[in-house]
Amino acid sequence: MGFLDLINIRKTFGAADAVAEFNLEVERGEFVSFLGPSGCGKTTTLRMIAGFEPPTAGQIRINGVDVTSKSPNQRNVGMVFQSYALFPNMTVAGNVGFGMKVTRRPKEEIAARVKEMLALIRMPELDNRYPYQLSGGQQQRVALARALAIRPQVLLLDEPLSALDAKIRVELRGEIRRIQRELGITTIYVTHDQEEALSLSDRIVVMSAGHIEQIGGPFEIYNFPKTAFVASFVGTLNQLRCQVVDPAGGKLSLEGQTLLSNSPVSAAAGQPVLAMLRPEELHFGAANGENRLDGEVLSVVFLGAVVRVQVGIGSSVLTLDALNERRLTLPKVGDRQTVSFPPHAVWVMPAS
Amino acid sequence: MKKRTNFWGWFWVLLAMVYFLVPLVGTLEFSLEMLRGIRSFAAYQAVFDDPQFAETFLFSNQMALLTIIASLALFVPTAYWVHLRVPRWRPVVEFITLMPFVIPAIVLVFGMIKIYKNPVVIGPVMLLQAPTNSVLGTNALLVAGYVVLAMPYMYRAVDTGLRAMDVRTLTEAAQSLGAGWFTIIVRVILPNLRAALLSGALLTFAIVVGELTLANFLDRPAFGPYLWLLGQHRAYEPAALSIISFGLTWAALGMIYLVSRGRGGQAQVAGAR
Amino acid sequence: MAVSTAGSPSVSRRLSLAWLGLLPFFLFAFAFLIAPAASLLIGSFRDSQGALTFQNFLDLSTPSIRNAYWLSIRVSAVTAVVGGVFGFLLAYAVTQAGLPVWVRTGLITFCGVASNFAGVPLAFAFIRVLGRAGVISQMLKNDAGVDIYQLGFNLYSFEGLSLTYLYFQFPLMVLIMAPALDGLKREWREASANLGATSLQYWRLIALPILMPSILGTMILLFGNAFGAYATAFALTGGSLNLVTIQIGAQMRGDVLHNPGLGYALALGMVVIMGVALGLYIWLQRISERWLR
Repeated sequence: MGFLDLINIRKTFGAADAVAEFNLEVERGEFVSFLGPSGCGKTTTLRMIAGFEPPTAGQIRINGVDVTSKSPNQRNVGMVFQSYALFPNMTVAGNVGFGMKVTRRPKEEIAARVKEMLALIRMPELDNRYPYQLSGGQQQRVALARALAIRPQVLLLDEPLSALDAKIRVELRGEIRRIQRELGITTIYVTHDQEEALSLSDRIVVMSAGHIEQIGGPFEIYNFPKTAFVASFVGTLNQLRCQVVDPAGGKLSLEGQTLLSNSPVSAAAGQPVLAMLRPEELHFGAANGENRLDGEVLSVVFLGAVVRVQVGIGSSVLTLDALNERRLTLPKVGDRQTVSFPPHAVWVMPAS
Repeated sequence: MKKRTNFWGWFWVLLAMVYFLVPLVGTLEFSLEMLRGIRSFAAYQAVFDDPQFAETFLFSNQMALLTIIASLALFVPTAYWVHLRVPRWRPVVEFITLMPFVIPAIVLVFGMIKIYKNPVVIGPVMLLQAPTNSVLGTNALLVAGYVVLAMPYMYRAVDTGLRAMDVRTLTEAAQSLGAGWFTIIVRVILPNLRAALLSGALLTFAIVVGELTLANFLDRPAFGPYLWLLGQHRAYEPAALSIISFGLTWAALGMIYLVSRGRGGQAQVAGAR
Repeated sequence: MAVSTAGSPSVSRRLSLAWLGLLPFFLFAFAFLIAPAASLLIGSFRDSQGALTFQNFLDLSTPSIRNAYWLSIRVSAVTAVVGGVFGFLLAYAVTQAGLPVWVRTGLITFCGVASNFAGVPLAFAFIRVLGRAGVISQMLKNDAGVDIYQLGFNLYSFEGLSLTYLYFQFPLMVLIMAPALDGLKREWREASANLGATSLQYWRLIALPILMPSILGTMILLFGNAFGAYATAFALTGGSLNLVTIQIGAQMRGDVLHNPGLGYALALGMVVIMGVALGLYIWLQRISERWLR
């Protein structure tokens, strides 16, 4: 049993299940992200934890206490909204102190706590500003301070960075993680941006169509995806349609060329399967002990730090990401090109 | 979130409906009682048979149409110009469009009569005969007055419509394709304003047809004064006319809502007061 | 017709001539708005011989005129406050109280119609219902034994006029406040609950303060609306009620004040009051726009 438990959570709207069979145990101080495309149920689940939506079935426990039927203002969870939701008629200090004001804490305590929070988000001199005088990034930091001021048991963030510019997003991302670590607060973070999820989280819950696809750490999710959805949603992915040649030896055939994966394949010989490969594990030219495929260069895109080359192998297309080097000679479209990769870089999934 | 109790909601709505519907139902009932003892549409028949009804109704509709045309001809190019070329004048223009609030109909007509009962002169040069001396002149004053009364709503409708489209970019695109000013306004701007213009037009119609103050003091044979005069001599017909008037306003506003479905929550309020 | 916007004239020359495009509008406003108002202003400073005087303004304090202003202000203030409060409650009921959508659409449409029903038809309707021989008055007298006219109610008085005015004041408040209430972001309510506030605290500390400029501003609008009203009052009482607008109308029909300058001063006084109201309204709108953005 963790600090925050979601047990068999289900939420139905009308005839459809927005969320189903959702089970999760979050440890105290852990940073967990809900990652998935729009409509996958991640925000709905977050709102159920906050108490804005009652679950159709299931239980939510925080620190051992069943909060499923408690109203939002009794749960002591702090929420940060995508649209900041700062109260426009109050100053920054008023907003941050609001949670304590409504629970009738003494004035001195409120003032001290507000000061503490503003120092935490590194905006101590802005206490008398009104929200309309602040930038988006500043408003979101105040929203964070406001949620943390009440000393919540759990911190919930609903796509807090989506409304911000790219540069501010990266900056604030780091801030959020720093503060979370400093305070040791259990955090649930909802996002559709995989870079955010990968860089911030202790664990990621990948969701699709109301179901959990996989729960794991960033490295695990990225390199050992359990389903085709997770594999293709997180990062770029090569999916090669191959024939099984030797199941026990992990030998596959791609349009006449052989390749080896380093573990046995569960399908029978002759069956079609998908060989999955990350573009960054491929390199140009042949190498000892590695798989080798020959094909024709279809496109070359220079992205700066990365060069993305597409190589056609028969009717399949392989995407290869190479790190930029100054001594690199870029291949030309139409060139014959050999591509190699180690057997352990491949994993096999059933062709649906 | 838990659903708030609906009790108070329903309470206020029902209370409001009682207040609103009682006068209407009362008038409706009364209008059906012209023939003693039986409920009939005799009062309505009498209204439609009255030649003055047709005359004044037609007159008011004509005035409404002229008002709409004059308003469009004046406000569309002005609003367009403010958006496109002289945004710094916007506060001045908007202030002017708010002035009819400060100068209500009764004061406006007071001032208009004071000036225009004399000929319009600049120094020794007479531009116009005294407008109030001629039917044409007085009608023109009436239309001008209505344009002023409708201005806050008409101008705002046009302004909102223009704000919803990127005026500058559309104009530049049209110009780069070779269009002149007239073509731009008629073929690019106006079609995109259709919804806003239609709402403004229907609202103007609702204002003008029932209007009393201007029509009365400028002594024009309009629908408003006819309504009032009828009320001095007869009992059942005015009730029937009130219902008809209500129905007409409902139809005009119904069309506005249909046309501008979901497009902003503008307060469409005007009318003789 | 080829027109170049990126013209060759120097920028400063182009800027100084562009305002000419607004000339028709300014001319119209001058001829039919500013000139009439100015004419009244000038006229109010002249006596019946045409000489300059302040006497007209001093004469505004004659009892009959003072009463007219007082009555107009009273009616306007009462209908502004009552219309404002109940209109707000009605707007709240249809936007926030979880009623079905058709109730809101129906009511908003009705409000649009009711607010345009003002004037002669409205007055007649109220006479039919609450006049001495009115349907409700008779019904109360015959069926319930309550003679409201005996009890002091009179449709052709302050109470009756206010009651009638409310028919277009409520709708105006609803039509303006419903969108304003919509402007209350759902997230504010959720954030406040999340931080531990009750529903009452939300309304007291967040929603009402945010809405207050809008509420006050609209009430001022209602005040101005009633103050400038003529047709309804005239159709209701035929000119027997002593309101500022009625007095102005009477003056126009015949020189009842025996001094046209006084009439102009009367009108000017009205414009000043409306002007102050408009100023307050604009100021409050600015604040509310800033917060509800």
